[in-house]
Amino acid sequence: MSLVYAGVLSHAPGITGRAHLVENVAKRDEFYSHLDAQRQQIEESGAEALIVIAAEHFGNFFMNNMPAYCMGIGEVYEGPIEDPEWLKIQKTKIPGAPDLGIRLVREVMNTVDTAFAEEWKFDHGIMVPLNFLTPNYDMPVIPVNINCQGPPLTPLHRAWAFGEALRRACDAVPEKIAVVGTGGISHWPATPDSGKINEQWDRDFLDRLMRNDKQALLSYTDEETYRDAGQGGFEIRTFIAIAAAAKGAGDLQFYTAELPIFAVGCTVASFDLAA
Amino acid sequence: MSLYYLQKFLYVLNRDEVAQKRYREDLDGLLADFDLTEEEATALREGDIGLLYVLGVNGQILMHYAAFLGIEWFDYLDMMREGIKKHGPVRAGVYAMTGGGDSFTEEEKHR
Repeated sequence: MSLVYAGVLSHAPGITGRAHLVENVAKRDEFYSHLDAQRQQIEESGAEALIVIAAEHFGNFFMNNMPAYCMGIGEVYEGPIEDPEWLKIQKTKIPGAPDLGIRLVREVMNTVDTAFAEEWKFDHGIMVPLNFLTPNYDMPVIPVNINCQGPPLTPLHRAWAFGEALRRACDAVPEKIAVVGTGGISHWPATPDSGKINEQWDRDFLDRLMRNDKQALLSYTDEETYRDAGQGGFEIRTFIAIAAAAKGAGDLQFYTAELPIFAVGCTVASFDLAA
Repeated sequence: MSLYYLQKFLYVLNRDEVAQKRYREDLDGLLADFDLTEEEATALREGDIGLLYVLGVNGQILMHYAAFLGIEWFDYLDMMREGIKKHGPVRAGVYAMTGGGDSFTEEEKHR
């Protein structure tokens, strides 16, 4: 089994960009400590490459040609696209894993028609996680995108199928691979409602996610999600794909709705890797 | 009708340093590459975040544009609220304001 770690974490740009504005510094630092623990878990897993299943925000893909799924097979990536002073992450280059990426894409394509890309500019959706998980940008990264921004969006059951396909692909190669899904749960980002969080909805979703209850996870409609969890809630697709890839139960290591300045319920979790 | 091209203008600008150079040095030339209404072009010339929000620009695209313009976070939120007061509700897309214009963070209330 070559998948050695699976987890999820938040990626909101405020996590780095608005760190200096936070009043609840103790809760912020507790969150950061759990992100650092996740970094240690990934390093201790022996992972040779990190797959980041992201929900990007028009860094690369637009409605002129929007893939439901895309996997990176580039040699090198760059990011962030955002103003570095705004995100508080300096522009840098990130190594890719083209040979591994191509082998993964080939296997995934047996069941899911993923797009692939040799060019990819990372936005906060990937750069914020990397800032904490590979702060020296020295681990090869394979970016993956699930379109959660430009409707019509891929159905949740297809996000599950993509996660299963990715797991099969990882298990078919000898390299040790870690995979993380990054997204928000309920949130209304980049609107005047930024900071609004439906904690009850978040906790119910996380309960389904930690139980890895496929039926419960796939039961949401986009209309319900938009009503109860905002447009940011569409990003649950990344978490659902991770649950499908991991197959095992989750371990919720951190969740708080007490950092609304970050515009999301901040989350860190890992999963058992069941056969 | 041209919301697509309005958003595409910002999508290109947000990710392309060549377009960012043209924005600063030849904005009219850059605008001419896109099929925009006069209202949209004026909003872009003036960096009118409030109007762009009401016109339906995706919040993620608009947020990155505001960062490019160097607009501080809480000012960005206020500009969207002012846009709604001036122009009415968001006309398209999924980034409508649902909270009545209230702030959801203590940090913003205390600034």
